Amino acid sequence: MSEGKMGKLSAKERMKIHRHEMPEQEAKARCGNFDEVNFGYTPELAMEEALRCIQCKDPVCIEACPVNVKIDEFIGLVAEGKFLDAAQKIKEDNALPAICGRVCPQEDQCEQVCVIGKKSEPVAIGNLERFVADYERNSGNMKLPEVKPATGKKVAVVGSGPAGLTCANDLAQWGHEVTVFEALHELGGVLMYGIPEFRLPKQIVREEIDNLKKLGVKFQTNVVVGRSVTIDELMEEDGFDAVFIGVGAGLPWFMGIPGENLNGVYSANEFLTRVNLMKAYDSNYDSPVFDCKGKNVAVIGGGNTAMDAVRTARRLGAEKVYIIYRRSEKEMPARIEEIKHAKEEGVEFIMLNSPVEFVGDENGWLKGVKCLKMELGEPDESGRRRPVPVKDSEYVIDIDMVVISIGNGSNPLIKQTTPEIGTSKKGTIVVNQETMQTSKKGVYAGGDIVTGGATVILAMGAGRTAAKAIHEELMNVTVNAE
Amino acid sequence: MYKIVSARFLAENIKMFEIEAPRIAKRRKAGQFVIVRLDEQGERIPLTIADSNVETGTITIIVQGAGKTTRKLNLKEAGDTILDVAGPLGQPSHIENFGTAVSIGGGVGAAIAYPTAVALKEAGNKVITINGARNKDMVILEDEMKKVSDEAYVTTDDGSYGFHGFVTQKLQALIDGGEKLDFVLAIGPIPMMRAVAEVTRPYGIKTVVSLNPVMVDGTGMCGGCRVVVGGESKFACVDGPEFDAHLVDFKNLADRNRMYNVHEKAALEHFETDCKLEKQIQAQASN
Repeated sequence: MSEGKMGKLSAKERMKIHRHEMPEQEAKARCGNFDEVNFGYTPELAMEEALRCIQCKDPVCIEACPVNVKIDEFIGLVAEGKFLDAAQKIKEDNALPAICGRVCPQEDQCEQVCVIGKKSEPVAIGNLERFVADYERNSGNMKLPEVKPATGKKVAVVGSGPAGLTCANDLAQWGHEVTVFEALHELGGVLMYGIPEFRLPKQIVREEIDNLKKLGVKFQTNVVVGRSVTIDELMEEDGFDAVFIGVGAGLPWFMGIPGENLNGVYSANEFLTRVNLMKAYDSNYDSPVFDCKGKNVAVIGGGNTAMDAVRTARRLGAEKVYIIYRRSEKEMPARIEEIKHAKEEGVEFIMLNSPVEFVGDENGWLKGVKCLKMELGEPDESGRRRPVPVKDSEYVIDIDMVVISIGNGSNPLIKQTTPEIGTSKKGTIVVNQETMQTSKKGVYAGGDIVTGGATVILAMGAGRTAAKAIHEELMNVTVNAE
Repeated sequence: MYKIVSARFLAENIKMFEIEAPRIAKRRKAGQFVIVRLDEQGERIPLTIADSNVETGTITIIVQGAGKTTRKLNLKEAGDTILDVAGPLGQPSHIENFGTAVSIGGGVGAAIAYPTAVALKEAGNKVITINGARNKDMVILEDEMKKVSDEAYVTTDDGSYGFHGFVTQKLQALIDGGEKLDFVLAIGPIPMMRAVAEVTRPYGIKTVVSLNPVMVDGTGMCGGCRVVVGGESKFACVDGPEFDAHLVDFKNLADRNRMYNVHEKAALEHFETDCKLEKQIQAQASN
């Protein structure tokens, strides 16, 4: 593909190119391993896909990206084969492109508004972002963004998930001394313990975080803020000028139905933490997990976490794997790609069913799930049709292990130890949406701890907004909106 | 990396470590615990903080070699390191001047009962300690317990030392002897804690137990440690580990703690075959 081709193609010719799907591991083979499902684009595929972008005058895709990646510019560089320059362009706005390219729900964001998508399939922005980030990483030529001179200001970031990492990255680039405190032994938050290896290889997360270390960001693991140290101590004793709280929504919801404490009943957080963070699928690691081999496993819920859990159970050797969801497939919040992958891997979808009891044996082990059939009634406040139970429709499915994946609430640790920080009834931290500032001076918050369980990219957007506000407060300046 | 400053066996298979962890030492209160991961392949296990020293920046843990991880930990010596130590975790013990308080430790549970006994004494209680062990050689922290107690008793199952019988029998004897008890703390194996709860229930004596469910993160994000208290699910790592003994569903706790028995047995067998050092260590310990 020559450099000049970009300008020579007519809009009509561009429209004729079909969206390039990513090559992926065949379903049967991938059920037997934890390797990444998608292989990513080749340079040729990437350049061809990039040609589909018509470089609109008003690139609405940029506004639809929570961190406003300059999508038109980076794709233009890809079309010209300037992959390393494209990587630099993305990193002006996004510190974790290899991660976002993999886990962002692009169909609801940048790709949803893509002009090409109105007549044909949208440009595969996510796939291209991923390609560019991987290309740079594999080139051994990772460039760091420019860091401004040291300001002498110290900022503490609590939590090393997507919100905290993005905030730390931006603040470090502005010259602030940033320390990230993480409760677990590994950095990355949900990127590490939640999203499975087969969707997001942990090595990639580590390498993207290593870049932040090279920017000068310091990391301290095994520090549970609220227990090991309080926010007041960080500010008063350790001399931090500002604090960003990005601790996520890490408190699993259970269903409150009988039998929930039987052996074999997991929260999605526990099941995924054991498998992803503790590597329970690898016999060289000490952490155990329920032996799924030949067993029937059900995951309750319809989000991405549910898909991750059910596909993980399949890879651990489960014979039958079910998704039990109280609405219909149409209402599922999971990404279409994840639902498709799950189906290809043999996951059975039991829709319009709600568990009412976990049935156990005399030794306290789960044996079955008692379900009640549902039908869809009127829309509720979320706009989704409310499931209504069908009378006398109870029945029991034989299940050996169940994973509850119905969402997460907020961990109360920080609320308990820093009562000055205002929280909602749900326990989420209340902030000024423009600045992410909490009710305590110098303390900002963003990500799932503010919104409740949401997406990686929204958390990153919040981290970025907070970083800008922190910078402005510390330097007493106003940074123009980009 | 967390450096082990000192390490010594207190009894067969029970080892005491002082570990450099200044941040934890500074904040820790009686009843709290740490989560420890030995190495890259290791699992995360909870261990109660038995003591701490703000000046030296160290915490003390006491470990009974029961499975692979604790056996492996007990092979470590002063100068060795532990990869991860997170804490202090859990709610501190609720301490006040109850009047007469009994602190009961069964087996290695004495290591957990000890710091709370100290705190109870400092709060002005009359402190009675009952330190139960299988036999004379398994008694730990006897001198330490004596120092903080107004009355200190040791019981052994086989009668080789102190009171012959279970801690519950000693407790019953105290009650029968007319001692007015206002508060009982019991820490040890599940059957022991359950039995203590049944001794005090008819008298309405406030009784607290420190529960020991399986944990992963220890920060409230997974619910693996959930226990049933008063019919409700609680996370022992953030709501506990101490709970009202009269409200705890001990059967559920015992069932849940058996969840990984097969894995644990296999891991231990592997470890023992692999590790011939074990015998030498035990020989050293019995010297």
